[in-house]
Amino acid sequence: MPQAINAKLVIIGSGPAGYTAAIYAARAMLEPVLIQGVQPGGQLTITTDVENYPGFADVIQGPWLMGQMQKQAEHVGTKIVTDHVSRLDLSARPFRLECDSGQVYLADSVILATGAQARWLDLPSEQKFKGYGVSACATCDGFFYRGKNVIVVGGGNSAVEEALFLTKFAAAVTIVHRRDHFRAEKILQDRLFKNPKIKVIWDSALEEVTGGENPLKVTGVKLKNVKSGAVTAMPIDGVFIAIGHSPATELVKDQVEMKPNGYVATAPNSTATSVPGIFAAGDVTDDIYRQAVTAAGLGCMAALEAERFLAAHAEMRRAAE
Amino acid sequence: MAVGKVSDATFESEVLKANEPVVVDFWAEWCGPCRMIAPALDEIAGHMDGKVKIVKLNVDENPETAAKYGIMSIPTLMIFKKGELSSRQVGAAPKAKLEQWITAAV
Repeated sequence: MPQAINAKLVIIGSGPAGYTAAIYAARAMLEPVLIQGVQPGGQLTITTDVENYPGFADVIQGPWLMGQMQKQAEHVGTKIVTDHVSRLDLSARPFRLECDSGQVYLADSVILATGAQARWLDLPSEQKFKGYGVSACATCDGFFYRGKNVIVVGGGNSAVEEALFLTKFAAAVTIVHRRDHFRAEKILQDRLFKNPKIKVIWDSALEEVTGGENPLKVTGVKLKNVKSGAVTAMPIDGVFIAIGHSPATELVKDQVEMKPNGYVATAPNSTATSVPGIFAAGDVTDDIYRQAVTAAGLGCMAALEAERFLAAHAEMRRAAE
Repeated sequence: MAVGKVSDATFESEVLKANEPVVVDFWAEWCGPCRMIAPALDEIAGHMDGKVKIVKLNVDENPETAAKYGIMSIPTLMIFKKGELSSRQVGAAPKAKLEQWITAAV
């Protein structure tokens, strides 16, 4: 077992919140350690075009943007570790982090920037066909649907973006949304309604995914009209679920206070959680905006607050000695 | 032993007719999550040598085998024992979870 590593600040997560926190913390000479997790670069690494991150006049690619953030964090002195935190113990000081590799970190402060994961409807049939015609990632799996017919379930930005992306491969894309209008950005809606390959079914929810066994294969869906209650069957080759994300909070479950909706609670206008020395930034705490640029902003705040916390901490220690 | 490569042509001899259990990683160059789990699989292959064989199959170059097993999402991992599919795992997961899954299945 390798020896435990001491750090003033450990950042968990490698999306815009994590890397921005790292850039600020490194420049404040906190010598931060950033542990990337299972998806280095975060959710932006499974998107394509990014058009709303300021500073880039032309369209950029999500994976490229995250590569740049990682390099910037490294250049200013962040220690970036490819590992996954499997346990976090906040009951003692310093905080103790255990990683998949067996490495243990002892940290005076921690920034939680673990982000969010795609949500599922949790229908038994959806789980059964996951990976066999049911997907939550168009950019990962779109390739398998060349010339096929697919539906996208959802009505926000991710649903509309996924539908637009899928038109590159699929013969026809149908969006199924349980309301009669989209929440997505107007510019995206505009593109969607102009695309001849995309059709919309309003006021409808996915009731069941149907298909064959050996190999598992999706052949259709049952859709329920939420107004009339009528259920209709529709033959389909693929189902993309894009109903939003839920925060990745397993590490701090029962250790920090949560909002009623499951996001990590923070003090007003602050990233401070209920445990002094633990800060939260990005999609793990932001249940309102959830943008790359707001995550970056929260990451910056978290680093500045961690710096202040560590300074006060050092002061107290000196006074006690 | 490192993670070996199999193809449509060698799948039967390398996987279905193998004596030991075989984990097949269905992957592609353009798949980000596939690249993320590759180092973990390499390490697991290293310390489970002799108990299990881990191989990868590129779905772009070997569409026949991918289609036969209905792969519609990558990474997909499948464990074969004596030619029979015994367990499958869709999507990337942390190394500990992958190791647990492989250990439980073989």
